[in-house]
Amino acid sequence: MISVATKNRIKDKLFEYWGIISTLIGIVLLVVFMTDIFMQGVSRIDTTFFTNSPSGLKPETSGIFPALLGTLWILFLTASISIPLGVGAGIYLEEYSEKNWVSTLLEINISNLAGVPSIIYGLLGLEVFVRIMGLGKSVLAGALTLSLLVLPIVIVATREAIKAVPDSIKQAAYALGATKWQTIWTQVLPSSIGGVLTGVILALSRAIGETAPLIVVGAAAYIYDAPDGVLSEYTVIPMQIYTWMPDAREAMKVNAAAGIIVLLMITLVMNGFAVYLRNRWQKKIKW
Amino acid sequence: MKVKEMIIEKLLFLCASISVLITVGIILVLLLDTFEFFQEVSFVDFITDKKWTPMFKDKHFGIGSLLAGTFLTTVIAVGVAIPIGLSIAIYLNEFAPKGFRKRIKPALELLAAVPTIVYGFFALTVVTPFLKQFIDIDSFNALSAGLVMGIMIIPYISSISEDALYAVPKSLREAAYGMGTTRLQTAFKVTIPAASSGIIVSIILAISRAIGETMIVAIAAGQKPTLTLDPTETIATITSFIVQVTTGDVEHGSIEYKSLFAAGITLFLFTFMLNNISYFIKKKYQEKYD
Repeated sequence: MISVATKNRIKDKLFEYWGIISTLIGIVLLVVFMTDIFMQGVSRIDTTFFTNSPSGLKPETSGIFPALLGTLWILFLTASISIPLGVGAGIYLEEYSEKNWVSTLLEINISNLAGVPSIIYGLLGLEVFVRIMGLGKSVLAGALTLSLLVLPIVIVATREAIKAVPDSIKQAAYALGATKWQTIWTQVLPSSIGGVLTGVILALSRAIGETAPLIVVGAAAYIYDAPDGVLSEYTVIPMQIYTWMPDAREAMKVNAAAGIIVLLMITLVMNGFAVYLRNRWQKKIKW
Repeated sequence: MKVKEMIIEKLLFLCASISVLITVGIILVLLLDTFEFFQEVSFVDFITDKKWTPMFKDKHFGIGSLLAGTFLTTVIAVGVAIPIGLSIAIYLNEFAPKGFRKRIKPALELLAAVPTIVYGFFALTVVTPFLKQFIDIDSFNALSAGLVMGIMIIPYISSISEDALYAVPKSLREAAYGMGTTRLQTAFKVTIPAASSGIIVSIILAISRAIGETMIVAIAAGQKPTLTLDPTETIATITSFIVQVTTGDVEHGSIEYKSLFAAGITLFLFTFMLNNISYFIKKKYQEKYD
């Protein structure tokens, strides 16, 4: 006969093991799968993979050159649109807006936007940028769509970073006769730059991995040249992978896997950099 | 000087108001095209028709088949993510050594940072062939898409729930230990009830994320709208339908084009509702213990 206390202790121990399994299972699966993809695709990764265009006829020498350049274009344009807008909005909400129904509305609105599925942003972009503004299936229309998508991330990160700056710093600036904007520009922003940057990098890394909204606003499947301007047609790395994936030929599967390796490398480097920045920034600044 | 300050404030206000413009834009765009859609298709058909075939000659517009697919993949994903995510949160909070918790959290969050197209590839090329060894299953099916999606949304549940459990005051936990409870009893009788609002928020957010997920289902679950709850069949979700139509060229003003927005607004309504519920739970019950 086992006592109740022993039973409870056994249950407790069993749950501990289950907890360890749960914690590791996702990560282990991810690692297993990454290894699998790596084995599949690594043989295709050489310089020609980066410099060649994709080709339906010669899968063995197909490359991601147009997609890589397209991703860089998207990255650059999305950054230049979403950073000023998002940081500006974050500053306004944290430093200027008074606590009233407008600010409550803005806050609910931003939290809502963060939860809107990315494909809905695609539909918005399709109607507004592609059709009404007449941008067509251009890299600019794609970047505008992704900018709207990542805006909430940049805004929230900016607010969090600014919130962490102590009041005493601002009071000191005011005491020296600085105006509100001077205080923000010379004191608040420099001391919160680490947090802002972390958010921006995470937002951009999200933008690079997005496929669905770009399919909707017309990233094309068969593009053989790099974009030559903001109104040029384009494709991006995830889109290229998506195009290769259903192809039954073995070499195409290898290409898709190799494309995934490149995409994952970029995502991992960006995320790693963001984590590094956050830690460094948190360590350096002790108020 | 004063003028410059004013201009800057106005500019910053403009930035902030763009977020409102986006919401208004989304709602207007969806509503207008859906309105046009319903001038050609009756609302009753939309609700009751059993088929969804806007791309065929014989056109049917029964949203039910897309909703069934969305429901199916979401239920599977959430069914995986809730038990695992909550177990992680409880384990990290009550059982795990402190250093482990700090190190494992970023690794877990990486699960949500991996681009979804990668998960789609995973579901299609690894999970489906694996499942085929045991059960009779279509090459494109709801099951493997749902399972993989479940892995992806684990961190949504584990992270937010863990934060909620962490915020429960130590005194409550210690009072329980003082009564001689085990860690497991403390978790289930004290900390989980105390953190329930945060846990519910995390689950709602994960559901909303699963409903809106696109690439995994578009790649691994197929693109054939079917009114079924059988997870081994090929299906289509609202999101995968939108991808399917827009992958090709779709002519503006055609009924296919309009059907995109009718499907889109259905999706938007669901996620909008869930997001707002979670927002209000969070606002109402957060930090009761200060």
